Amino acid sequence: MSSETKQILTTDGIPLEVSLKKAEKKNKIRAFLLVAPLLLFLAITYIFPIGEMFMRSVDDRMVTNMLPKTFKAMEKWENLEELPSEEVYRAFYEDYKLLVENQQHGKLGQRLNKEKNGFNTITKKLFRQIKRKKIDESASLKEQINKIHKRWRNVEFWQAIKRTAPPYTAAKYLKGMDMYLAADGSIAQVDEDRRIHRILWLRTLEIAFFVTLFCFFMGYPIAHLLATLPMKYSNLLMICVLLPFWTSLLVRTASWMILLQQQGIVNDFFVMIGLVADDNRPEMMYNKVGTYVAMTQILLPFMVLPLYSVMKTISPSLMRAGKSLGGTPFVAFWKVYFPLTIPGIGAGCLLVFILAIGYYITPALVGGASGTLISNQIAFHMKTTLDWSFASAMGLMLLTGVLVIYWIYNKLVGVDNIKLG
Amino acid sequence: MSKNPEFVKFDKVDKSYDGKVLVVKDLQLDIAEGEFITMLGPSGSGKTTCLMMLAGFETPTHGEILLDGNIISNIPPHKRGIGMVFQNYALFPHMTVYENLAFPLRVRKVEKDEIDKKVDKALSMVSLSGFETRMPTQLSGGQQQRVAVARALVFDPAVVLMDEPLGALDKNLRESMQYEIKHIHESIGVTVVYVTHDQSEALTMSNRIAVFNDGKVQQLSNPAELYEKPVNSFVAEFIGENNTFNGEVVDIDKDKCKIKLANSEILANPISVKSKGEKTTVSLRPERALINPTDKMDNMFTGKIEEVIYHGDHTRVRLNLLGSSEFILKVPNSTSNLELKVSQDINIGWNSTDARALDPK
Repeated sequence: MSSETKQILTTDGIPLEVSLKKAEKKNKIRAFLLVAPLLLFLAITYIFPIGEMFMRSVDDRMVTNMLPKTFKAMEKWENLEELPSEEVYRAFYEDYKLLVENQQHGKLGQRLNKEKNGFNTITKKLFRQIKRKKIDESASLKEQINKIHKRWRNVEFWQAIKRTAPPYTAAKYLKGMDMYLAADGSIAQVDEDRRIHRILWLRTLEIAFFVTLFCFFMGYPIAHLLATLPMKYSNLLMICVLLPFWTSLLVRTASWMILLQQQGIVNDFFVMIGLVADDNRPEMMYNKVGTYVAMTQILLPFMVLPLYSVMKTISPSLMRAGKSLGGTPFVAFWKVYFPLTIPGIGAGCLLVFILAIGYYITPALVGGASGTLISNQIAFHMKTTLDWSFASAMGLMLLTGVLVIYWIYNKLVGVDNIKLG
Repeated sequence: MSKNPEFVKFDKVDKSYDGKVLVVKDLQLDIAEGEFITMLGPSGSGKTTCLMMLAGFETPTHGEILLDGNIISNIPPHKRGIGMVFQNYALFPHMTVYENLAFPLRVRKVEKDEIDKKVDKALSMVSLSGFETRMPTQLSGGQQQRVAVARALVFDPAVVLMDEPLGALDKNLRESMQYEIKHIHESIGVTVVYVTHDQSEALTMSNRIAVFNDGKVQQLSNPAELYEKPVNSFVAEFIGENNTFNGEVVDIDKDKCKIKLANSEILANPISVKSKGEKTTVSLRPERALINPTDKMDNMFTGKIEEVIYHGDHTRVRLNLLGSSEFILKVPNSTSNLELKVSQDINIGWNSTDARALDPK
């Protein structure tokens, strides 16, 4: 060891570093114990469910476990354009028979039906044949099964079974982007008239973007007023900004329904001042307009508050300095004040955008068909179709999207430039 | 070049914020070109309001402000061409030192080369060459202050306003900055209007000082005159230290008057008293009263030492004199110093010309 890098020792001969670590150990443990409840809470309510969601979205072991022999036999099926061999048929028959005995065959039918429409019908037919004991196990099963329904003679249905072989699948994610895994393993687009999800994704981004924009243009002047008005007025204004915050989301959305419906107050007012004819009232709800208006109002405080907290710290003498140095009020604002509010703008926009992208109740209530967002679709699959794995997949895609936006934002503006308060 | 004695003119200016109280009352003030004038006064005396009106951030309620003969009351701040140094510097925190200094030139559409030259010159003037790329937060308080001064001067304004610019600095730095600003003023000859509540700052830096109180200019004169010859008891009290006696005029002459105190009489210089029977406050600077005077002085009394405080370069002695125990003496500390002890009796004397009989407090 050279003399320069010689360790510094404390008076009792222990290296300084070791001594320091020892001294700080207690504090570290105490600090950790203080955050431990939160950590545990986050693990239980956040990290664990997300992991579970991810597993569910890719898990495809059900079919794998139901048809073990079939998949084993299918390994030898080489020409995928032709029907599989007798061996595969037999293996499938045996697997299916076992499922019938265990009364599990219905699940398989449903699962395969998701893979290829019309599967449920033909598995049910096969089930009935087995129940009635009409199948002669000593003869060719391929011929007998093919006779049950013409779809059994269609190679696409067998390809569908083969596609379910891997225990994990990205099919749900592909479905979320209106794509599917074709028979030959390539990724294909669904028919144009059935591409519903992509529209929803784009619409979600579009609405989140414009809501953020509206919030920014409305929130910036409000925040500026709040930061510059004398205390007694600014407190009142602050309450006005926060009042909607303290009201239930549902109540606020409902009040927008009262305002915006065709016989509602806003339309009545337009008719009264002669802006629109009484028999030609514009629809302002159950479409994008309703979603925009209600979401902008609801998310506005999330823009105003970070902006306000940043503007509050900007000394009014900076604007004065800008003006006294010869800048017009606009130049002083644009070159001096505005750049200083960027951290607040960043925080507000990110907050509003991320909240908007996952918004659910408001678009569900006032959005109608053209104003629903991707989260409504997720809810639909959670509650109505009960396709939880698909809902999980879309939820994770949304989460990934948000993380990507956060990442891009970090690259462009820098997260340390965010100021929430 | 002939200097315009009325380069900046406040003509009967009134200012009220709430329509009830006048913050500035009938202000009449002329500032000559190239002058360093200080507005001095306690907080709330209206001095900063005057500065803000001159800068254009406040409008006079009544009266006009003229700059080089032109009425500027209706000209917005950015068209006045007046440089300003703010109390908290007001440097733009997101710009480098160079960008801060270039700001007033860029908005005036000055050529890039010209900007570089001027910024360079301004920075060397405040001895900060080489700091162009620093951010304001990377500078010390004194350096920030110098950048602020350079920024206010870089576009060659006719007038520079300074609003308590040294208030946030520590004592030593403040003193060295006072000289620095004074030297800059002397070398470039710009008109400076300086606002402060620190009287020593005002005395060291200014050509003339306007003492503000209660919205009015109490006295406008050069530092020496202000200190030596205060015209009223507010100015006497505000500028420097001051021993006061309250009494009544019993006899008055052209340059001498006799004042009756509670149980004795002193001679004083009649400044604002005119006739017998008037109440008055007599003001005497502590350094004008001498211990055991060798010369003949027309006021000679004996007092008892109540307290002795050592101040390094001088010693302050508090006396019980003429019925008041608040009489302060300043004794320079020299090798031949007297032994001053508490409850010792000493002889004190001063000339009646130094005891100014002013308006009663």
